[in-house]
Order: sequence, then structure tokens, then C-alpha cells
Amino acid sequence: MKNGIEIRWHGRGGQGAKTAALLLADVAFKTGQNVQGFPEYGPERMGAPITAYNRISSDKIRVHSNIYHPDYVVVVDETLLASVDVTAGLKKTGAIIINTPKSKEEVMDELGGYEGRVYTVDARKISVETLGKNFPNSPMLAAAVAVSDIMPRDKFIHEMRASYEHKFAKKPEVIDGNMKALERAYDVVEEAIEEYNQMSA
Amino acid sequence: MAIKERMSGNEAVAYAIRQVNPDVMPAFPITPSTEIPQMVSTYIANGEMDTEFIPVESEHSSMSAAIGAEAAGARSLTATSSAGLALMWEELLLAASNRMPLALTLVNRTLSGPININCDHSDGMGARDTGWIQIYAENNQEAYDNFIQAYPIAEDARVHLPIMVCQDGFITSHAVENIELLEDELVKDFVGEYEPEEYLLNPGKPIAVGPYSISNYAMEAKKNQEIALENSKEVILEVAEKFKKLSGRGFGLFEEYRTEDADYIMLLMGSAAGTAKQAVDEMREQGKKVGVLKLRVFRPFPAKEIAEALKNCKAVAILDRCESYNGNGGPLGSEVTAGLFRYKVMIEAVNYIYGLAGRDFTVSDAVHVFEELADAVENGKEVEQFQYIRLR
Repeated sequence: MKNGIEIRWHGRGGQGAKTAALLLADVAFKTGQNVQGFPEYGPERMGAPITAYNRISSDKIRVHSNIYHPDYVVVVDETLLASVDVTAGLKKTGAIIINTPKSKEEVMDELGGYEGRVYTVDARKISVETLGKNFPNSPMLAAAVAVSDIMPRDKFIHEMRASYEHKFAKKPEVIDGNMKALERAYDVVEEAIEEYNQMSA
Repeated sequence: MAIKERMSGNEAVAYAIRQVNPDVMPAFPITPSTEIPQMVSTYIANGEMDTEFIPVESEHSSMSAAIGAEAAGARSLTATSSAGLALMWEELLLAASNRMPLALTLVNRTLSGPININCDHSDGMGARDTGWIQIYAENNQEAYDNFIQAYPIAEDARVHLPIMVCQDGFITSHAVENIELLEDELVKDFVGEYEPEEYLLNPGKPIAVGPYSISNYAMEAKKNQEIALENSKEVILEVAEKFKKLSGRGFGLFEEYRTEDADYIMLLMGSAAGTAKQAVDEMREQGKKVGVLKLRVFRPFPAKEIAEALKNCKAVAILDRCESYNGNGGPLGSEVTAGLFRYKVMIEAVNYIYGLAGRDFTVSDAVHVFEELADAVENGKEVEQFQYIRLR
């Protein structure tokens, strides 16, 4: 794989980091890309740190190892910042996206001097306000798509609605909430990206 | 028209099972193969297939029930991993020696201890002398394609042996990747209806299954079993040829990737072969003559064909995802080097153990191995003949 991007997800068992990685593979597949989405399990229990990965490329993907030099890192649980080296190998040209109510400046100390872009999203707040519960993976998925620019917003939103309609066929009442969670998180990050672009222009 | 999809290796195998729609599937869950019987039972519950699913209380029972169903004349299969396969050990031998062409989809996982759910090949390698055909897959596509070819190989009158279709636990079983599927009708036509020549529920032609045999006959029975395994080699190639006409995807006993002029070849099985191919492409760009021999069929073991394929290279690295605890190398290392000696191919051969219990294997690991082979041959550096990759 020469062209394409690699993403690493950090979460805790039960939070849906693996599901988010698989959903991301799903939507990227629908745009005609070659995809890979896979989990790396540690201990099999709720709350244990887990890692999940994505490769997305126009080339055929043959590598079956974990990802050590990701373009993007997504942290679904901010308590991991203290115990896991989330920026290990992360490319300077890439970005890290963290689920936290804190500002970018407030989390910088915990990022081991990472020099690339940093985005924070309060996925818990978004999730609670749109879904009534803390399911941070939907907003974090939207944030990852916005930052990595895998596909245009419209296409992403359209494909995710189709995915949710399939996934929640027996619980249609949660579809709108999930869509709102996606849209809000996407917009928060898009605003931050625009701010960043203006600053560096 | 191929159906372009994305799914995990487990999903791909469950999808193939639905398309083949065998008669009986007894199963007991174990990570990481649990999803396969789970998905199959969902297909059955949804009326998408009519396989008789038997939930049993252990793997000893799942293999016993599969053998019983197969003996009765039903096309049977089960799925398992790791300790599940170990618990089947006695029955594995019975399936093969009673010449039952049933299928087992094995999702490779290490054996205890320490207790660990991740991939290596120690489960499959532990069953290497049970008389089963064993085929390994690099990715979800191959896991799917190999399963579709399983019954036409196993049920062939020249073979009549059980077949184990293997894929790497989590690395491919739980990884969602692109895949091309075949239409249901094409798969059904390719696999066909099972018409056993002899079976228990055939009052017109009674037979005995699993009888006692005195020494006057038992040795010949064992030799016949060995001949059947030898025969399976040509059947595997014939079925692959037919499958290529159907799918456009070709298979052999092994795949040779950029080996035609290679000085250094890496021989391995399963998902790590894809990673090794990436290393080959990167090194080829720098003018290094390297290649990969990905073994697909481990049983029957194609020793002569491997020796022929390696005879023009300067050195081979044989990678085992399994420790044999014999102080002399892994199963692949031992069998490949024995084959090279038998067919008088005297090249440098280094045996590496990698990826035990889910230890990762990366492109740079593969590059390092190739560089070490080159160093041994070109600079006369002494290389440990049996060593571990990424051992901490």
C-alpha cells in the first residue's frame, strides 16, 4: 500500500472503538476504496484498553500487521492519555482527535510534545444531548472522517444514514439521534479545521 | 458478475457455508471462531439455509456428531479454534481413518498456556499428523475461496478424507476487508449435491463404520489412507483449475510471488504472507532479488514441489508460527529442510519462529529476515539456524 491513510483508535472495551473502526471501513468501502478495519484485543473485559485500526487506500491492501506510524489517531476515552502513549509513531503531518470537554491547550501536556494538529471533541456531551446516553463512538467517527477528509460531508452523512437504517432496523427511534450526533461532531471539528487553516495561511 | 463486498474472514466463511448449505453442522463456541456458528445459526433462523444445526456441549461432541452425520450420508462440518481442536484430537483421527469427507473451518489460535486468545498455528500444527487435508488462507478472500473448494476436494472418490480450512484468528477472522463473492447459484453448481457411494443409512447396501481390524489388515488400511492423502494433491489442483474458470482466481499447492529470479525466498503460511509480499515489493524497488513462497496446502505436504521451486535460490527463510518444542525448529522448518535434503537441493535454510500468541509481524521484520539471509550468503556471516523474530 503506497497511497492511502492509516488510522489508530484507542478506546476501552465496551465503548465502541472497534465498531467505529468497522463503520469507518464500511463507509470508505462505499466510496470505492480498499479498506481494512480490525481490532487488537488485550484482556477480554469491559473497560480494558483496546486498539483498533483502519487502512484506507486506492491500492490493494496486503499488510496484516498493526499500525505503528499512523496518519491519524482517535482517542475515544481521555483517561487513556495518562496510561497509553497515544501519539507513539503518529506522523507530524497528521493529527490526533481526542474525546474530551477540555480545550486543545489543556490536553497538550499529556501528548508527549506531539507537534502535529490536535483536535478535541466533547463526544460525551454531544452523545448525551442527542442520544440521551454516552455512546462516544458515533461522534468520534464523524470527527475522524472530518479530519482525515476521506470523503465529502454529504456523502458521509448519506452513507451513514443507510448504515444506521440497516443496523438499527429494529430500533428506528435511535437513528435520528445518531445522525444528529454525527453532524454535530463533524461541524465542531470542521470549524476547528477552518480555524487551523486560517492561522497557518 | 462478482459481487463486491466488504466483510471479515469469519463473515466470509459463514457466507460460503450458507451458499454451500451443508446438511449438518454440530458446533460448540470458542474464540475466535464463535462468530461462524453464530452467523450460520442466524442464517438458519432467517430461513436462508436449511442446514441441521446441532448445539453440543463440547468440541469432542461436535466432531463426534459431525462424524456420525457424515457416516449416515450427510454432508457435515463444524468450526473451532485452539483448545477446541485439541479436545477433538481423538475424533480427528477417526474422521480421517474412517474416510469421512467432512469439513472443519479452523480459525487459528494459540494453545494454552499462558491462556491467550490470539493467533498462531499451534492448533493446526498439533493436528498435522491426524490424516486431514489442511489448507491455509492469507486473507478473507482466500478463506472464502478455500471453503468453496473444500467439499469437491474431500468428497472426490480418489480422496474421501476430511479437510481443514484454516485462517488466522483475529488477523483475518475479525478484520473487515474488501472481498469478491460469487453468486449463490454458481457456488451451488460448483459444489454440487453430495452423493456418497456408501453410507450407513442405506439399507440396500449395509456397511460397517469404525470396526476392529486385526493386524493382518490394519496396516493396509493405514497405507490406503496415506495413498488417499497423496491422491488429494492432484484433486486439489483440478478443483483449483475449475474454480479459476468460475472466479478468475487461481490457486495451487503454494503461491510463488516474484520468485522467478529471486536469490532469497521467504516461505510462510497465512496472513503474514501478505505482509512479506509488501516487503518484497519495497526491496525489489531497491533492486534486491527477493520473493515469497506462500504455502497454501500444508497437508498433503508438497515437499518435492517446494524443493523444485527453491532449487535456484541462494537461501530460504522458513517461517513458523508455531514452536515444536523439539530444540530443532518448527514444523515447517523441519519438513521443508527434510524435503530439500531428500531432493538434493543444498541451499542455505534458516528457520524463524514468529508471531506466537498474536505477536505482531511487520514489513520491517520481513525486510530484516531478507537482509540477514543476504548477509549470510554474501558476507559469510554466521546466522543462527533456528531463531525467533521480535522476541523481547
